[in-house]
Amino acid sequence: MKALRNVLDKIHPLFSKGGRFERFYPLYEAADSFVYTPGEITKGTTHVRDAIDLKRVMITVVIALLPCFFMAMWNTGYQANAAMQLTGGSVEGWRGTLLGLLGYSANPDSFVDNMLLGAAWFIPIYLVTNIVGGLWEALFSIVRGHEINEGFLVTGSLFPLICPPTLPLWQVALGISFGVVLGKEIFGGTGKNFLNPALTGRAFLFFAYPAQISGGTSVWVAADGLTGATALSAAAEGGVKALTTMHSWFDAFLGVIPGSMGETSTLACLFGAAILVFTGIGSWRIMLSGLLGAVSLSALFLLVDSSTNPMFALGPLWHLVIGGFAFGLVFMATDPVSGAMTEEGQWVYGALIGLMCILIRVVNPAFPEGMMLAILFGNVFAPLIDQLVLKYHIKRRLRHVEG
Amino acid sequence: MEHYLSLLVKSIFIENMALAFFLGMCTFLAVSKKVDTAIGLGVAVVVVQTITVPINNLIYQYLLKENALSWLGVEGTDLTFIGLICYIGVIAAMVQVLEMFLDRHVPALYNALGIFLPLITVNCAILGGSLFMVERDYGFGESIVFGFGSGAGWALALTALAGIREKMKYADAPKGLRGLGLTFMIAGLMAMAFMAFSGIQL
Repeated sequence: MKALRNVLDKIHPLFSKGGRFERFYPLYEAADSFVYTPGEITKGTTHVRDAIDLKRVMITVVIALLPCFFMAMWNTGYQANAAMQLTGGSVEGWRGTLLGLLGYSANPDSFVDNMLLGAAWFIPIYLVTNIVGGLWEALFSIVRGHEINEGFLVTGSLFPLICPPTLPLWQVALGISFGVVLGKEIFGGTGKNFLNPALTGRAFLFFAYPAQISGGTSVWVAADGLTGATALSAAAEGGVKALTTMHSWFDAFLGVIPGSMGETSTLACLFGAAILVFTGIGSWRIMLSGLLGAVSLSALFLLVDSSTNPMFALGPLWHLVIGGFAFGLVFMATDPVSGAMTEEGQWVYGALIGLMCILIRVVNPAFPEGMMLAILFGNVFAPLIDQLVLKYHIKRRLRHVEG
Repeated sequence: MEHYLSLLVKSIFIENMALAFFLGMCTFLAVSKKVDTAIGLGVAVVVVQTITVPINNLIYQYLLKENALSWLGVEGTDLTFIGLICYIGVIAAMVQVLEMFLDRHVPALYNALGIFLPLITVNCAILGGSLFMVERDYGFGESIVFGFGSGAGWALALTALAGIREKMKYADAPKGLRGLGLTFMIAGLMAMAFMAFSGIQL
């Protein structure tokens, strides 16, 4: 490690002001602070000392995402292996060749086989996301002279997790480009955007290429010509009955169901939630009020019941475990940049997201899943909610001053 | 009752004047720098819209529509060709009244809105509301609900944009995008979030 530090210190003059590669300082800075603690410290006499900085915040989120990464690979592989066992298909193209070399045997009961196949689908998407998104990030920071921000680590980890496994790689590149450039960089980078960049990119793909990202049933299981409806679209067509014949509630909770790669497992999201809440990085207020909002509205729909819309009868228990509800609420709604910042505001913001999610799922026949748009909708109103909360506080305190 | 309720929800969210039809863009982009002013303008638009759409509805139903003058005993008339002028006239008159009222009673808001208050007259969201009313052949009750709903939806979008723009004071946009350019981008991204409602059948 000492050698690396020496190398970094040795090339430092090249990148600092007046050096030969002055323009590329952001790249040097990114490499340095990725490996070591950032060297800058607060100057002046008083300042708050805290070990937590942006880098640690973002790394904690990535650690909280690890269970989801794991489930993403295992479940993608398991779903495809199980489907191929039924139809006798096999893995084609470069994936087949590569997996053949690794001794893969398409057995859904084998942990290794599932992980191998899942990785063969997940890792390309992950790599494309991070290379393309990272390029944009580096380009903007070099041209605009700001530092490369750790925030992209999170965006680059979230985005592949909310893609279906069969998403074409060029669309992955397009989506993350839209998310990073229009969702974040045009506002000046991390901390200045108002929408979650990963969700912005996904929403763009969702509206631009609906066939590949939510097209009926063929995109969710990574095996050729096989269909696997997500739990939500099955429920939208046939109600609870259709759902329970396909999956048990416990399957949905564990995440052994088709869907976007990282979002199927509520259990994995709960692990993440525990880490985020324990470290104080994710807001428990947003998670709790989002949960309450979703539970109360879906319970209300359950009570009202409708003869024409089977989604009414789904009930809160199912709503919480299927689709992207848990993943979105834990990792995306709690985004400290695009979410509400005031404490009261977080209650309102979380509840708004929970309500909107159930509302879109149940009432809007055009979209079976509502979490993505619900969070974007919440993001749009978060600054206004914060403003109103602040105004309320000012008003209340003025009364003390005057009275 | 249910019919009116669904019309209200539809006009506020699903067919949002600003973010689904992109009407009233000039004021939408210009008067969204501060939340307070935006709320003021939003209320003004709701008031104007709730009054003008029903009045225009009466004019349309009893004067302009084909055979509308039959209650006077005159048959076979069709005055729809002067519709546009009539609606604008009503809107202009309403805005004048509102302006005088605000000048007298809420001078702070009057000053904050400045030129954009008289410009409500030519706000396409307002005229658009009346024209949608004609095109969809709403009744009197429906046009009250639609007028209020479309105004409220526009006001909601405006205040949300103002909230975002207050936050954007801390943004560090590339030079060419600063100001209006970034606001266009924000409006576009907001419209994407509002797509959540598109497709709801009421």
